[in-house]
Amino acid sequence: MPAIEQTVRSLLLTELAVGLGVTFKSIFKRKATLNYPYEKGMLSPRFRGEHALRRYPNGEERCIACKLCEAICPAQAITIEAEPREDGSRRTTRYDIDMVKCIYCGFCQEACPVDAIVEGPNFEFAAETREELLYNKEKLLDNGDRWEREIAANLSAEAPYR
Amino acid sequence: MAEAGVWSTYFYPLFLTIGYILAIVVPLLLVLAFITYFERKVWAAIQLRKGPNVVGPFGLLQPVADGIKCLFKETIVPAGANRMLFVLAPMVTFSLGLIGWAVIPFDQHLVLADLNVGLLYLFAVSSLGVYGIIIAGWASNSKYAFLGALRSAAQMVSYEVSIGFVLVTVLLCVGSLNLNDIVEAQKGLWFFIPLFPMFVIYVVSALAETNRTPFDLPEAEGELVAGYQVEYSSMTWLLFMMGEYANIVLLSGLSVILFLGGWLPPFHVEPLMAVPGVVWFLLKTAVVVFFFTWTRATLPRYRYDQLMRLGWKVFLPASLAMVVIVAGALHAFDWLPR
Repeated sequence: MPAIEQTVRSLLLTELAVGLGVTFKSIFKRKATLNYPYEKGMLSPRFRGEHALRRYPNGEERCIACKLCEAICPAQAITIEAEPREDGSRRTTRYDIDMVKCIYCGFCQEACPVDAIVEGPNFEFAAETREELLYNKEKLLDNGDRWEREIAANLSAEAPYR
Repeated sequence: MAEAGVWSTYFYPLFLTIGYILAIVVPLLLVLAFITYFERKVWAAIQLRKGPNVVGPFGLLQPVADGIKCLFKETIVPAGANRMLFVLAPMVTFSLGLIGWAVIPFDQHLVLADLNVGLLYLFAVSSLGVYGIIIAGWASNSKYAFLGALRSAAQMVSYEVSIGFVLVTVLLCVGSLNLNDIVEAQKGLWFFIPLFPMFVIYVVSALAETNRTPFDLPEAEGELVAGYQVEYSSMTWLLFMMGEYANIVLLSGLSVILFLGGWLPPFHVEPLMAVPGVVWFLLKTAVVVFFFTWTRATLPRYRYDQLMRLGWKVFLPASLAMVVIVAGALHAFDWLPR
């Protein structure tokens, strides 16, 4: 009997018909396409994108030049030089991140005792030359100012799990 | 007087014919361009994507953009290629894809050449189509192209046979090779109902004839890169694609004429009869073209031996048997056309 059933099925092309039915049904399903530059996908608050150096609300930079991020960075992408400022506080004179070396592991963010260096939600920082991806302190602080709202929201959303 | 004679006997019919040809070829080329867009949209829909939607409203200008892109690219002729044949091959494919349309009736008596051997002519043209591919494969002097061309030749020869028998059964039921008569004979009942097995065989063989999935072995990307098209670029490649699409639409149109009642409306009721036959013909052809696209988005590629087995061991005996059965039935019940 199974042989007859098999023969009848193959003669009636049932499998082909079923397959065609499946594909035909999917024509009417909701499309999964995101119209990228105009629509963007949801990002987790934990998303590790472009780096930023944050400031305190009074405008003072958070970074205290402890160099923990530089020490933990597995790709050795961070270079820090520090000196005491006129008021005696310890600050960086140089804070460079080589975004080409960076592997976006987020260890710098984890190591930072004052939440100064963070990886923000921005992932659209492609550049035309390599040099543009060698970030300095000015660029990082600038990023911090630009993305502060999103970064602060993400950090508070993540706070309960830390 | 002599000049007027030459005018009325030679030049006037000549220009008239050229006008007719342009009236068919220009819309046809436009349709071919937009079939690429239609296909991409259908595949996208089946794969839950949106498809081209950036160039122009709903991406409608995408074929124009593609055409311009191909035009401005460089035609590369490989150093080891046979130059003349290499350039000739796409032209052969393209023109063979177009000349078949000469005998296709779009409406009652709306046909460029009302040949009494129309069906035979179409059969001949579709068989010639393999030449473009073989020439391309040989002239490219590349192993992928050569293998693709060989596969294509074998495939077309195999499926040509069963298509031939399908045509013979239709022929038996009509008693004429004229495509107009074939459509007229379906006034009462479209042939795909009584000849359903032949219809299936025809559609599958048409897929194989036009090298479409699941029979696209000649251009299998996975193993042959692009088969006979490997070495082609820019306009030569575009001509190949246009020729291929012209063939697809031609065979779809032929299936409409043979089995789906050509320009006839589905029911003989007044509002449907009022619609011009051209609309019915184009609508039905579009449905068949959609089916071609649909199968391509659904089915995986056949293995080479499976392809040959299907052609020679399944379709050939089945179509041969159907020829005998149909002929016997026509004779036994005295249904033979007068």
